[in-house]
Formats: sequence, C-alpha cells, structure tokens
Amino acid sequence: MSQTTGTLLSPPPVTGGSRRKGRLPRWAAWAVFGTALVLVAGIGLPAGLALALVVLFTGVLGTLALYVLSRVTENRRTATDRLVTCVVVGAFALAMVPLLSLVYEVVSRGIGRLDGEFFNSSLVGVIGEGGGAYHAIFGTLIITGLTALISVPIGLLTAIYLVEYGSGRLKKVITFLVDVMTGIPSIVAGLFAYALFAIFFGPGVRLGIAGAVALSVLMTPVFVRSAEEVLKLVPNELREAAYALGVPKWRTVVKIVLPTAVAGLGTGVTLAVARVIGETAPLLVTVGITNATNLNPFDGRMATLPVYAFYQLTQPGVPPEFAIDRAWTAALLLIALVMALNVVARLISRFFAPTTGR
Amino acid sequence: MTTTNAPQTQPPRAVRRLGDRLFAGSARGAGVLILLVLAGVAAFLVIDAVPALVAPAREVPGGRGVLPYVGPLLFGTVLAAAIALVVATPLGVAIALFLTHYAPRRLATGLAYVVDLLAAIPSIVYGFWGIVWLAPRLVPFYRWTEAHLGFLPFFAGPASVTGKTMFTAGLVLAVMVLPIITAISREVFAQVPTLHREAALALGATRWEMIRMAVLPYGRSGIIGGAMLGLGRALGETLAIALVLSVSAGTVTFNLISSTNPSTIAANIALQFPESSGIDVNTLIASGLALFLVTLAVNVIARAVVNRRADFSGAN
Amino acid sequence: MAKRIDISDLNIYYGDFRAVADVTVSIEPRSVTALIGPSGCGKSTFLRSINRMHEVLPGARVEGKVSMDGQDLYGPDVDPVDVRRQIGMVFQRPNPFPTMSIYDNVAAGIRLNARKMKKSDLDALVERSLQGANLWREVRDRLNRPASGLSGGQQQRLCIARAIAVEPDVLLMDEPASALDPISTLAIEDLMTEMKERFTIVIVTHNMQQAARVSEQTGFFNLSAAGQPGRLIEFNSTEKIFSNPDEKATEDYISGRFG
Repeated sequence: MSQTTGTLLSPPPVTGGSRRKGRLPRWAAWAVFGTALVLVAGIGLPAGLALALVVLFTGVLGTLALYVLSRVTENRRTATDRLVTCVVVGAFALAMVPLLSLVYEVVSRGIGRLDGEFFNSSLVGVIGEGGGAYHAIFGTLIITGLTALISVPIGLLTAIYLVEYGSGRLKKVITFLVDVMTGIPSIVAGLFAYALFAIFFGPGVRLGIAGAVALSVLMTPVFVRSAEEVLKLVPNELREAAYALGVPKWRTVVKIVLPTAVAGLGTGVTLAVARVIGETAPLLVTVGITNATNLNPFDGRMATLPVYAFYQLTQPGVPPEFAIDRAWTAALLLIALVMALNVVARLISRFFAPTTGR
Repeated sequence: MTTTNAPQTQPPRAVRRLGDRLFAGSARGAGVLILLVLAGVAAFLVIDAVPALVAPAREVPGGRGVLPYVGPLLFGTVLAAAIALVVATPLGVAIALFLTHYAPRRLATGLAYVVDLLAAIPSIVYGFWGIVWLAPRLVPFYRWTEAHLGFLPFFAGPASVTGKTMFTAGLVLAVMVLPIITAISREVFAQVPTLHREAALALGATRWEMIRMAVLPYGRSGIIGGAMLGLGRALGETLAIALVLSVSAGTVTFNLISSTNPSTIAANIALQFPESSGIDVNTLIASGLALFLVTLAVNVIARAVVNRRADFSGAN
Repeated sequence: MAKRIDISDLNIYYGDFRAVADVTVSIEPRSVTALIGPSGCGKSTFLRSINRMHEVLPGARVEGKVSMDGQDLYGPDVDPVDVRRQIGMVFQRPNPFPTMSIYDNVAAGIRLNARKMKKSDLDALVERSLQGANLWREVRDRLNRPASGLSGGQQQRLCIARAIAVEPDVLLMDEPASALDPISTLAIEDLMTEMKERFTIVIVTHNMQQAARVSEQTGFFNLSAAGQPGRLIEFNSTEKIFSNPDEKATEDYISGRFG
C-alpha cells in the first residue's frame, strides 16, 4: 500500500488524453497481439498444435509482450494497467469458451435426431434405432406446470407479505431464510419430497406430484425473490393514492399493485420456471423414469426430459449409439427450452411494462 | 398543555376489515409456510436418516457404519467444490470488473446477459459437455502434469485415460458457479460510489490503480459473499459430477488426475438412489442430511456477509 | 357536503419521535385553509393525520382528537378506510394509476371499492368530476387513453377529479402545485376557489403568495430546532397573517427572514 501511494505521487500522471512522449499509439496493442498470433500459428500449427491452444498461447504471449513493451517505452504504472486490462478481457473471453463449445457440441450432436419421430413417439418397444421422447416432453411440461401451480401462489403471497404487510422479526426471518433456501441443493429437495411422500405411500414411492413438490422447494424462493423486487418497484405514491380514495389495503394490493407489477411478475415466473425445468437430480429420486407414456402425475413413474437424457446416456443398452443420440437430442431440447424461456422473459419485461407516469 | 384525553393508548390498528384480515392472514401464512418447509426438509431428512444411524454397522453399505460411508463422500464433495472455487473466484471477479469497468457501456448489458446464460444451462447438460468436450481435451494435460509435476501429491497419477478426474469435475463446477460469483461481484462493483472512483482518478490514478484503491476494497465482502454462494452451489451440484467423475467407493485422496476418485454426496445419491431399498435408502438420506447441513451453514454465512455489506453500503 | 373539522391536543409520532406537538385548531367548512411553514415542520404530517393516512407508515401513530362535524375520526370502532372515503387527498406529485385509462382513473374510487353503479350513472359521474376539475374539455375525446399521456398539470387535475369523484366532504391537498409550471398552478388555484363552494379544503403550500391568494384561514407551523416537534405557532385569517401577524416568528417567516 505504501508503495502505491509512493508511486501515485511520482510525477507523470497518465490518465489525461494528452499525448506525451513515451505513450504507445492506440494501434500498438492490436499490432502486438497480431504479431503474437502470426508467431504462434507459424510455429505451432505445423507442429500440430490444437487451435484452442494457439489462441491460448497467443493471448499469453501477446499480453507478456505488450507488458514488456509498455515497461520499456512507457512506465511501470501504465504497463501494469495494460497487463490488468489484458487479464480482465482474457477472463471474459475464457468464460465464453465453455459456453460456445457447449452449445456447439449439443447442437451438432443433438440435431440429428431432432425429427418428427422424436416428438411423437415414446420408447415403448424401442430397441436400438428410432423412438422418441414424446412421453418425457409431456412429463416435463406436466410436472413443471404443477410446480408453477404450487410455487406461484405461495411465492406471490409471500412476496406480498414481505413487501406490503411484513414487519419486525418475522419479516426479517422470512427474508433471510428465503435467501438461504435458494441455496438448498436440488438433490436434497428431492430427498425431502421423497421422504414426505414415503410417509403416505410407503418406501420406494415414485410419483409425478412428488417431483413437482421437490421442484417447488427450489422454485418458490427464486420466485419470492424476484416478485419481492418487482413489488418494491411499484411506487408508493400509487398505494397512497388508492388509500386516499378509501380503498382497503387488500384491494389496493390486488387491483393496483399487482396490475402495475404484472410484467415484472411474468418475467419472474418465466425465469423461475427456466431455473427448474432442467433440474434432473430431484426428479431422479422422486419420479424415476419409464419408457411408456404416463400423463397422470398422481399415478406412478413418469418420464421427464432431463432424466430421460440421463438414462439414455448412462444406460444406452446395446447397441449404444441410438440411445446416445436420443440423449443429445433431449439435451438440445432442454437447452432450447431454457433459452426460449429466457427470451420470453425478456420480451415480457420489454413489451408489457406499464408506462409509468412521468 | 399536554392534556391527554381518556383513551390515551389507542391500539395502532383498531379496526380492520374482514377482507384485509383474510388477505393479510393468507399472505402471512404463505410466508410461514416457507419457514415450515425449510424446517420440514430438516425434519424429514432426520427422521429418515435415523434408521441408518442406529442400524448395525455391517448392514450399512460398505459394512463399516454411516460415518465411514459418508466421510469419503464429504471429502470428495469439499475437494471438488474447493477446486471450483479456486478457479472460479478470480475469474469471476475479473469478469465482473470487465463488465463494470472495462467493457463499453453499450455492450456491457448484453455481455452480462451472455454470462448469465451460463447459469441457465441445466446441470445435466454440463455433464454431457464435460464428458465429450472437456475431459478428452484435458487428458494430454494430465499426462504432462504426471510426467513433470508428479512429485506433487495432487498430480501423482496414474493419469486417467478418459479424463474423468477430480480436476475435470472441479473445472466443470467452476464453470457452473462462475455466473453466481460474477453476478454478485458485479452488483457490488456497480455500487461503488462514483465519488470514490472519481476521487481516485482525480489523483491521477490509472484505471487499475483506481480499481485497487476504490473498487476492490469496497467490494471485498461482496466478493467473499459471492464466492461463498458459489461454494454452496458447488457443494450441492449433482448431475454434472455424477457424469464426469469416475469414482471408487471409499477413496480418500488428493490425487486430482487419476481415475480413482472419491464421489461426492450429491452425485452418489443420484447414482445409487434409484437402485436402493431398505437401509441403503436411509444411509443415502443420512448423507443427504450431512450435505444439507453443510450447505445450510455455508449459505447462512454467505448471506450474512452479503447482507452486512448491504447494511453498511449506504448506497440506498 | 362540506364539513367542519375540530382538532384538539393532536400529537403525531414516527415511532418514538414526536413530529408534531399539541395542535388544537378548528377548520371551517366551505373555505380554504392554508398551512405554511418551513420544510420539516410537520405540516404535511399534520395534513396526513386528518384523514388517517399517517398511520399507513410503519411505526407511525397519532394521539389526540380529530372530529368531523362531531364524529370522532380516531374513535375505537372507526375504520380508517371509511374516514378516507369522506376525506379525500391530493398529493404533491401527480400519481394517476399508470395501468388505467383516464376514465378508469376517475372511476377508480368507485370501482376499487366494488360499488355497483350503472354504466350511465358512472359515465355521468366521470364527466361531472372531470368538469369539476376543469379537465373535461381537454380529455373528453380521449377518455380511454392511458393517463400517463397527459401533461403534469393535467395529471394533477385528473387526480383532483379522481378524489372528488368519490364525493368526499373534505379535500386535503399536499403541495398540489409544487411540481407544476405557473400556468398549471394558476389552473389549480382557480379550481380551489371554485371547489370551496362544495368542499372543505385544506392545503399545504410552500408558496406564500399562493396561500395569500387562495385561502381564508392560514396556519403557520414551525419548529424551534431540528429534532424538536413542529408546532402550530399561529392560526388566523389569512389577511391578518400576511398583514399583521400576532407572533414574531410568523412575521419573520412571512417576510423571508428565515426558512
């Protein structure tokens, strides 16, 4: 620290746009990285270096070269600043690697079986080629729908309590525990639902509704959080306007606060659904898997898309390649669902936001 | 002067309409229900764990009782999460800095959204990706570390030929918790008072010096809190680990690059539960209880850290 | 119909902090009463305690007696919601409901209270209220457009229309023109002069010329130091307050020597 203050007081301030002697031109950084790329590719590619490593080494070499160059021509502080800039930009680029490679892998491996049969047939009597995920798609939709049906009312009421009614200790405790609840491992939620339903239906129970309960444990706190934020955004002036008209508080909440917040609430529901629709672990222990179509969540095992993908990949049977293809298509479908929900959420918040008075 | 009239202590809410009472009551009820569910999670896990805890040791899977069964799993859980955190925390902070202080304003929102997408991808898909993309690409690296860094216990080898190692699992977890750490850090960095930043810049600081003087000290508890929330998520991650880690029961080792690894609690439950019955189920639930308690503690501390910062920030 | 309000020994608290102390005053029907005073002296708090809006805030409470034509507003079995139906309020910043049309905003008091009314009666009420707020001619062709499309001054008159549509006896106005331009302000002031035929009007204002222009009675609030409760220093006819006040503090404030 003392060193920092020491250097800070040393003469040349460098933030000003003024050009001074010993300042690298704007294109210098690009030039350095370009040279590094040419060097690494020229030496590495003939030697059989993987493309990813070429990029990686270019980044490292370019960063080092730029640092040294800046040390020599500019000064130490500017050099450090440039180094950090490179590192920070590099970190972001690095984070994009898994995202891009993941999307590429899933799309290229899953696109093959994205056909009509995948959507309109189950796995009944399928050995080897063909078959689909009709039963799993509907299972996922039904269980996720039930989850939303449980979570949205409870979550919305809780958010209303926290924003409109809550005070004192209970409010603090609930706020805190809702936060803590967002961190419950999904598998634990699954075990909870299993234990709960095992009391009534005996050990080994597998029910769609149990899966929905498990997912609700995960979805409710997420939705409470977002609903709370949205309700807080409703200007207090609107509540006061309603009170001043002699409107009781509960009607004010139902008729003024909720309609004003409806876009945000829609976004919140959609994102919370997106959060749980791909959950696998809780469904693995509560709903299980089946090859046949079962659309009744109150009667035995159901298939769901994530669990389907899991079993198709890990227990593909013989010959394995057909099941593995189906697994990737299911994974592709899951990602598409989640992304679609995210896009829908953004659209809702953009187009249905009320025009608040200015 | 202060002549007070007879009903001096008026109750603050003397009259409330029926509708108000019903509505307020149900809202409050929903809040309390959430508390009950959290308590219920703990209660049901305890109830179902008890039979395993009291059962004779040889009936528990592994034949040596619950603690020797859960111990290696807990070790594996913590080890994988620790690797994830060591990788993801600096990366997440750097990305948060990039998004708040380096990326052009107009792009920053979009880029932040892209990072958030990482959090949207289902855990099982990360597992798929880990198996086919990440693990094979790491095999040469493992061979290299075994040959050159083999004297360190972490890289003792023998290097896995599939790449399904503890290190791979840790990296997959790192990618999964990255968006959490980024999001929380970003939130805190964005709240650094402009005054602090401008004060630093006015002293002639470079951008990095400004960040070191004004942004990082201000955001420290946010970084810690974010990292701990990431830790909570990493401890409980299930499917990704179940898919990318090749395990052998009861192992305890710091060797990160071999194919003999301890499993994690969550992954072990996911893999064993569907085929289990009787006391095996109780044992798995007992391990789930251990996981629940650990993550609960981590989350409580994390939230306390994050909230404490919020109290002190004065940004409101 | 316009009613008279009698207030005695009113103390208003935020938690443990006493914001307003020992106010005793009578407000005449069919007149405009202005409340003036420096910022933070408790005029708005006092105003909000007349229609029991003060207690909406957490920890806020009121001691003392407020009665309207002899009816105790803080009696043990009085519902604050009923009080607010009889005593309407207009706020500093226009706050029309953003999700509703102009028509729905005016009808909000009726609709939100689930009072059944024939469509034709409701139409008539909306027209009457908008005319009462001098807004009818400006919005008659766009009653179904969102209220947020109106200008600030129009929005404030819409809020007045909304308040008088529930036919209160008393209308409280908390700096109703402070967020408006001079022309809109003038429109609001003219409106007050018209409306006092039908309502008892109490207005809080920072603008002393406004108080002098529109009110019959004026009350001056002040506080001796920060952290002390605000008190009603003087209550007199507006003419007297602005020409020859009884209290030195009032004269100092009027002549701009502080506040």
